[in-house]
Amino acid sequence: MTTSRRLLLTGGAGLAAAIALAACGGSSSDEPAVAEDATFADGSTMKKLADAGKITIGTKFDQPLFGQAGPDGTPAGFDVEIGTLIAAALGIEKKSIEWVETVSANREPFIENGKVDLVVATYTINDTRKEVVDFAGPYYVAGQALMVTKDNEDITGEDTLEGKKVASVEGSTPAQYMTDNHPEAELSTFDTYSNCVTALTNGQVDAVTTDNVILAGFVAANKEELKLVGDGATFTEEPYGIGLKKGDDDFRTFVNDTLQAAYDDGSWAKAWEETAGAVLPTPDPPEIDRY
Amino acid sequence: MSSGPVLYDVAGPAERRRSRIISVVLTVVVLAAAAVAVSRLAANGVFDDRWRVLWDVPMNFAGYETKHVWQAVFRGLGATLLAAAIALPLAAVLAVVLVSLRTSHLLPVRWLAIGVIEVCRGLPVVLMMFFAILVIPGSTPLMAVVFGLVMYNAAVFAEILRAGIAALPRGQTEAAESLGMGPALTYRDVQLPQAVRMMLPSLIAQGVVLVKDSSLGYIVSYAELLRSISRVADALTNASYLLPLLTVGAAVYVTLNVLLSRLAVWAQRRSGRRRRAPVVVGTPTVEV
Amino acid sequence: MRSLLLEHDLLWQAFSTTLMLAAVSGAIALVVGTVVAGLRVSPYLPLRTVATLYTEFLRNTPLTIVFFFYVFVTPSMGFTLEYKAAAIIALSSYTSAFVAEAVRSGINSVGVGQAEAARSLGMSFGQNLAIVVLPQAFRTAIPPLINVLIALVKNTSVAGAFSVLELFAMSRRLTNVHSGDVLGILAGVALCYLIICIPLGRLAAGIERKVAFAR
Repeated sequence: MTTSRRLLLTGGAGLAAAIALAACGGSSSDEPAVAEDATFADGSTMKKLADAGKITIGTKFDQPLFGQAGPDGTPAGFDVEIGTLIAAALGIEKKSIEWVETVSANREPFIENGKVDLVVATYTINDTRKEVVDFAGPYYVAGQALMVTKDNEDITGEDTLEGKKVASVEGSTPAQYMTDNHPEAELSTFDTYSNCVTALTNGQVDAVTTDNVILAGFVAANKEELKLVGDGATFTEEPYGIGLKKGDDDFRTFVNDTLQAAYDDGSWAKAWEETAGAVLPTPDPPEIDRY
Repeated sequence: MSSGPVLYDVAGPAERRRSRIISVVLTVVVLAAAAVAVSRLAANGVFDDRWRVLWDVPMNFAGYETKHVWQAVFRGLGATLLAAAIALPLAAVLAVVLVSLRTSHLLPVRWLAIGVIEVCRGLPVVLMMFFAILVIPGSTPLMAVVFGLVMYNAAVFAEILRAGIAALPRGQTEAAESLGMGPALTYRDVQLPQAVRMMLPSLIAQGVVLVKDSSLGYIVSYAELLRSISRVADALTNASYLLPLLTVGAAVYVTLNVLLSRLAVWAQRRSGRRRRAPVVVGTPTVEV
Repeated sequence: MRSLLLEHDLLWQAFSTTLMLAAVSGAIALVVGTVVAGLRVSPYLPLRTVATLYTEFLRNTPLTIVFFFYVFVTPSMGFTLEYKAAAIIALSSYTSAFVAEAVRSGINSVGVGQAEAARSLGMSFGQNLAIVVLPQAFRTAIPPLINVLIALVKNTSVAGAFSVLELFAMSRRLTNVHSGDVLGILAGVALCYLIICIPLGRLAAGIERKVAFAR
């Protein structure tokens, strides 16, 4: 997307400029620079949040590299960085963000009844979910991959899973993909990634499947035993979006503009390098879907 | 059975010899089984350097140091204790109320109490917690956990107390009636104190269940002990750490619950002593 | 609720898995638990010790850890169990500890005179337990035993985290797909548990009334 088109879509062009300026000004610290003089239309969600000076963001606490409770119990990861970027554009400091843990089953209810203002939680955009919530983004396109033990030569891709035992997390989209598209494989489901990986190293399953980034984290920590199939080749597209209240189009546009600005000024890439970049190269940012 | 065995005769010399032989054989069998299990585990490399996560965490991109691992353990333990400490007294109070309604002379009241007990007892605690966080406005994970624990355990406590009251000799109620005590007073001063004392072991066992059930709080993302430590393995993206970490978790739980049971035995002894005293026991409280 | 009707095959499969887990583990736990309770009052100290350690350890450990042991640690000892078999073993050993406690408190509630009378007739420990004490003990033990079984029905939900597709795992699967119908799905699943548990509770009440005896 070109700069001119971005400005056109922004409506309030001053905003994008403010972010760009702020980003240039205070890039010495780790945190994205907070927009200090951001102004918003009366009655908008942005105005409400900016005036309150705080925001509640739902994220996962158990997704390595995306949203994972850190040593002090607060979450860290790429999702958290994205949430921080958006808060900064609203003039809200990182320490004023309240992180609420969301699990797969409570993301929509939490958005609907206002428990959270935004959800940045490895949240795949799809049509069923769009019936109840709206999505900004995508800010990253993950893909499902396979992880096997180092000595495994049989499994070379998703078409070689006939009769193989494959583990994934119950209630996750990758597990659903397996039941829908690979009934010939035997699916085992557990409640945490660690349990899936334990089953793999024990030889109880032949492969673990979930989003490539998470698998990459486990391989990075245990290179002697584990490897990604086909160097981490993905066979699905999971566009991660930012969930917000249905019908709040101004807020959605604002979040999209903020993401676009972060693509352009390099803060998106920086967020990646500091988190998921530990195990995966920096990808190109995906095109934002302003439906 | 403190005054010698009741179920069998005191052993004579021949019987004692046989008993000693059985003892030795059994001890050998148990120890041998344990040795085989441990050696098999060792042969499969279970006792490798994964245990180092407990005292010297290797470098990792999540930035965890050894102290963080133990912080996670103690933070989780604190969360578990907090939820249990709030839920336990609330469940006890609610149970006492439910039992009084359950023994009411009014049929609709009795039915209502039975209905509440049966539903709360029959629903998985996880589901009740989940409902709470979705339906009750402004509820925090802690509130949802406490809600689930209180509803379920109040129902079970109520059933235990009712069984205790049913097992009291009828003379107790009859004596109370002949003294002109009404049903409410009989319940409060005669039936309840005795039922609590009689059922104390069951009540304590249920208290232990309550402490353990707080681990179901993961469903509403309440980071209690078990979740808090299994998350360390996820954060370090190293599944082999699960075994040492969960071993610590099991040890903490067993210690905690054994202490709780000891405390209860001590309380029971004290209340037992008080019973022999001529003074009438005061207002009953359900101390579990 | 609508999505549950759409997926009624899955619902039925999960419901019957929950029933199967509860029924099989419950039967095993009743037998094992009674034996363990017997061991705890037996004349032989090592048997008593083993039985005590068994109940105390299992009773005080969260079920999730028991599952973890049977699903992920036993393979390192040389036997890998099917997930359903591991679930049944985990559930029945955990539940048997509670059965043992219920039966033992039942044994303790039997009047001392009963056991003494049996001994004076020359009955052995086994006869005493089997013919005189246990039949009476079970009467007192029935309400707590039913509580234990009801708890077991609900504890089967832990198996969902260890690759057994029972009701709770199914609800997690469905809430991910039909995310707009979370409350409906949970209500439906709650109903399924109540369908099993409420009759059990009523059955217990019935048995209790039938076997009630004045003291």
